Amino acid sequence: MASPIEQFQIKPIIPIHVGDVDISFSNSSLYMVLTVVVATVFLTAAMSKRALIPGRMQSLAEMTFEFVANTLRENAGSGSQKYFPFIFSLFMFVLLGNLLGLTPYAFTYTSHIIVTGGLAILVFIGVTIIGFMRHGVGYLRMFFPHGAPVIAAPLLVPIELVSYMSRPFSLSVRLAANMTVGHIMLKVVAGFVAGMGILGFIPFAGVVGVTFLEFGIACLQAYIFTVLSCIYLHDALHLH
Amino acid sequence: MPHFDATSFPSQLFWLAVSFITLYLLMAKLVLPRIGDILEERQRRITDDLDMAERLKAETEAAIAVYEKALAEARAAATAEINRVMEANAAEAAARHAETDALLAAKIAESEERIHAARREALAEVNGIATDVAQAIVARVAEVETDAETIAPVVTAVAKERGL
Repeated sequence: MASPIEQFQIKPIIPIHVGDVDISFSNSSLYMVLTVVVATVFLTAAMSKRALIPGRMQSLAEMTFEFVANTLRENAGSGSQKYFPFIFSLFMFVLLGNLLGLTPYAFTYTSHIIVTGGLAILVFIGVTIIGFMRHGVGYLRMFFPHGAPVIAAPLLVPIELVSYMSRPFSLSVRLAANMTVGHIMLKVVAGFVAGMGILGFIPFAGVVGVTFLEFGIACLQAYIFTVLSCIYLHDALHLH
Repeated sequence: MPHFDATSFPSQLFWLAVSFITLYLLMAKLVLPRIGDILEERQRRITDDLDMAERLKAETEAAIAVYEKALAEARAAATAEINRVMEANAAEAAARHAETDALLAAKIAESEERIHAARREALAEVNGIATDVAQAIVARVAEVETDAETIAPVVTAVAKERGL
């Protein structure tokens, strides 16, 4: 039986080397490109009719749009609208990465800490830059809660600093760990289907249930990633 | 675990950057403005339709007000006309009533006159009959032939005496 973590193996498809750096086009890259294609084709095709009264596909596209727009508005507040394309791309990239990864034999790039870490650090750096651009040095007030006694500063500032710095880690580890664990669980339970022979229907029912659960988690984790990014953006725009 | 295989990191980060930047550009320049336009147009259309509905409602209410006013005026005019006709009819009826009363009174008076005349006539005849009867009784009982001229004053006197 194949190891449950074999599905996370990076397999180069087109080897590319620039100098000493290996930037081969792998199964991971394939699914990232696939995500871009699926997102663009779906959203373009669904909106191609430009119907005043939307059809099924157009409704889905509009609902996704409005869902992300509302999430951004509610969590990041005023002045956040110009970051909407970024937040929307982030949501689509994570959501489709999670969902496409659930199809059999697929690769889930959101299970790789380096990918989620890349996105999280992008958010972290972007938010920090926005914060300093809007508030200048005043952004450092982030690390000292408003109204706290000055004497508590030596204690509070390191805590706030650590909490701020740990954002990209919690953001990326949460997503990658959720995806990895879900896929391992699916693989392990699925392994029992063949292993238990005639009684295999019991783990098979489990696989069906876990698959439903994983679809829910795929959407939920994409939402959490987006919401947290919006909240960080809110802190940068309006401080606490 | 393959997750921590650092040799794959450059490739993954490179393709992450390529695909995410491509996705961002496609979303920002192509897909999102389109969806935004359609949603905005729909919102504008809904607002326009609501405005129009509001305007039409106001027009309807104005029309209803005009209609109610016209109805009230017509009702008042009708009531006035009915009152006028009823008063005219009542006056005419009273006039006719009076006329008929006068006519009937005249007829009653005339009839009474006739009745009195007839009575007087009848009473005059009674004297004659009484004279004849008296003449016949005298002829039978006393076997005396008398004439009317002698009997008549006697009958009249007796009648007067008895208050007839």
